[in-house]
Amino acid sequence: MQLWLIPTLPLAGFLINGLFGRRFSKGLVNTFAIGSVVLSFLWVLKTLFGLGGIEAAYTEHYFTWIQSGALTINCDFSIDRLTAVMLLVVTGIGSLIHIYAIGYMAHEGGYYRFFAYLNLFMFFMLTLVLAANYLVLFVGWEGVGLCSYLLIGFYFDKKYATDAGNKAFIVNRIGDFGFSLAMFLIFRQFGTLDFARVFAQAPAAPVALLTLIGVLLMFGACGKSAQIPLYVWLPDAMAGPTPVSALIHAATMVTAGVYMTARSWVIYTHAPIAMDVIAYIGIATAFVAATIGLAQNDIKKVFAYSTVSQLGYMFLGVGCGAFSAGIYHLMTHAFFKALLFLGAGAVIHSLSGEQDMRKMGGLRTKIPWTFGVMLCASLAISGFPLTSGFFSKDAILLAADHRAPWLYWVGVFTAGMTAFYVFRAFFMTFTGKYRGEEHHPHESPPVMMVPLVILAVLSIVGGFVFKVPDFLRTVFPAVEAPEEFGPMAVASAAGLLGIGLAALMYWYKPGIPDSIVGSAKGLYTLVYNKYFVDEIYDAAVVKPLVNGSRVLLWKGADVGLIDGIVNGIGARAKGIGGVLRLAQSGNTRSYATWVAFGSVLLIFLMALAGGLR
Amino acid sequence: MDLILFLVFAGIAVVAAINVVVQRHPISSAISLIAVMGSLAVLYLLLGAEFIAAAQVIVYAGAIMVLFVFVIMLLNAGGETKAGRSFVASLLGVPVLVALLWLLAYYTARIYPSDTEVHFGGFRGGTAQAVGRALFTTYLLPFEITSILILIAIVGAIVLARKELE
Amino acid sequence: MMGHVPLSWFLMLSAVLFSLGVAGFIFRRNIITMFMSIELILNAVNLTFITFAYQRQQVAGHLFAFFVMVVAAAEAAVGLAIILTVFKNRETLNIDDLDSMKN
Repeated sequence: MQLWLIPTLPLAGFLINGLFGRRFSKGLVNTFAIGSVVLSFLWVLKTLFGLGGIEAAYTEHYFTWIQSGALTINCDFSIDRLTAVMLLVVTGIGSLIHIYAIGYMAHEGGYYRFFAYLNLFMFFMLTLVLAANYLVLFVGWEGVGLCSYLLIGFYFDKKYATDAGNKAFIVNRIGDFGFSLAMFLIFRQFGTLDFARVFAQAPAAPVALLTLIGVLLMFGACGKSAQIPLYVWLPDAMAGPTPVSALIHAATMVTAGVYMTARSWVIYTHAPIAMDVIAYIGIATAFVAATIGLAQNDIKKVFAYSTVSQLGYMFLGVGCGAFSAGIYHLMTHAFFKALLFLGAGAVIHSLSGEQDMRKMGGLRTKIPWTFGVMLCASLAISGFPLTSGFFSKDAILLAADHRAPWLYWVGVFTAGMTAFYVFRAFFMTFTGKYRGEEHHPHESPPVMMVPLVILAVLSIVGGFVFKVPDFLRTVFPAVEAPEEFGPMAVASAAGLLGIGLAALMYWYKPGIPDSIVGSAKGLYTLVYNKYFVDEIYDAAVVKPLVNGSRVLLWKGADVGLIDGIVNGIGARAKGIGGVLRLAQSGNTRSYATWVAFGSVLLIFLMALAGGLR
Repeated sequence: MDLILFLVFAGIAVVAAINVVVQRHPISSAISLIAVMGSLAVLYLLLGAEFIAAAQVIVYAGAIMVLFVFVIMLLNAGGETKAGRSFVASLLGVPVLVALLWLLAYYTARIYPSDTEVHFGGFRGGTAQAVGRALFTTYLLPFEITSILILIAIVGAIVLARKELE
Repeated sequence: MMGHVPLSWFLMLSAVLFSLGVAGFIFRRNIITMFMSIELILNAVNLTFITFAYQRQQVAGHLFAFFVMVVAAAEAAVGLAIILTVFKNRETLNIDDLDSMKN
């Protein structure tokens, strides 16, 4: 089946564009970059058709990577149905976004570098998804973190961009520490990191250990998938170009955490406390992020917090045992969130860089196609009945209800907030009077619009067409809750209510928001400043670390101790030399005396030792 | 007869050697040294070293010491001054010398008891013929090397002592 | 017995001359005098060689003494040339004044 081609095609694209792209024309760069990803997608399709039903996992073994004592790590790729879903999402959405980026990045510098990094990202993400053991997955995990850093900081001459890149990488690294600890524990307990072998042995392992492993894996997922407490990097990551936000920070990289926890479902089903932890983190993140999203004015920040919130939903699904619901929402979220970001990108592109929604408005007539696709996306994310988001969100909420009713009600309230803030953004952007400076908003070129239209179609009908929970029935245990009409109706009603409120406050009577803000100034400030979480982290964690490092480690240990020792040795040598030097009197007669003395001594010793004979 | 010869010339040698060390002006030391060499030549004869005795007088006393005298004359430096001190020399010098002398004498006496006697004519192998034969057969290589050594010395002495080029 | 000289007396004489030479080298400050003390040392060693040649009844000792003489001649020539140069540059024949190697 040659599974290795799937990641290596984008890798080839990266190498060619990275090494030689500087001299290529834009068209040639495009050919390699887009071509490699599209070819990878086609190869995925071919592989999946070739494999047919994929009842069991199909594994290909390539080489033994590490062989050290008891530790054997092979470079293996395996496909099962879960992997198939992920592959289709990553390569499919990836291809569409690559095509979109041709138009979006047309006037930017560093064109070939952008596509090289994007291809490298595809390689690592596909490695992550195809991995058959935790370590190869971790390679992909780290690699996508690296590419995220490179792409967030793509405009490297802007300090806020490079700072955001650093923040993303460092916060991810904290999560990766948890992941590493989990891997150590897994190896210690099971003697292997292969998924198949670990999951076969997991049911027999002590629950406490499984819980610990589960919690540590979740900690890693918090970093990568931006959950509380490690979500702070995602809003800042909007400093990167919009296609990056769409691909990496909406559709693919951030979903790696969800994929990883879903893949480890065997561990979680035997460690109920860990699953509860996931559910609580998920719902808390969903709620808090939604509240922050209510007050943001930068269109990309709204969608960033929305991503954090929707990821919380996915983890809620996983934590309630509905693994396939979580993956289902992952897929639909990829459709509509990518569309939201790309659409926002089209809006920003048409306004030549304006991102503040307070300066937008009335763009419905000026960029009608963008208006149309954004409407589709907004309906999908709000869970408007029969859109893709409706099905996936309901699957999760039903599972939550089954697990614990309060989870369900908080989830419903958050769904309402989701609908509200998305449509707030929608109405502020597209309705009313145009509030900006003269920018002559123009529609985006077809190379950008065609992927948007495809995504819009997927957002609306993707829910029916791809019935993921049924498809994944062979992979996950059947803990799906039955489709009850009551809870579904309540959830949809919450969504519609949110849309209605937004329409009221931002379309019909635009004065209402300001009066609400006026009366709840304190609460508004708190929410607008994202609960000052960044400031708290800075004061509690960053500053002590940096200062401690500077004072203790740099000045104390490095300059004081190590330099002291090294310089001290030099000074000591110099000192000893300075003392010994004084023995050279320059006086020949004293030298002669010493020679005579030495020879007398020698003769004496020789005589004592055994005679002169 | 031999004993008397020995005592007389050994005495002259020792006294002249002391004079070499003690005299203030180098020229006096040089003359005393010639006296030492002369008495040593006699002692060589006593030991049967005819060739060496002759070489001693011709080469050592006749050439090398003449060279010394010429240089002293050239430099016209005068007697030795009192300046300069070597702490080590004054401290260690005498004890070291005494120890040296004692060691050599003690071991000489211990190892070589007085039964071997020297008398004139006891060794007839020191003739020019004998020396010459040994020099050109067994010791040919050192002979050739010393000739090169002399050449080097000549060249070196000329280079070092010539007048500076304008 | 009256006419014969014990061999060890020659060696003692050699030792005395050697010590006197070393004494001259250590205690005198004039360079030329020091050189002459060296010649004294070399003569003492020559006496030793000849003495042992007599004891062993071999001519090899004479050869050694001969080579010592040759080397002494070469050394005297070069050494005195150096002294001349030093005197030209430093105007002094006092060895304690030639201490540029100090410290």
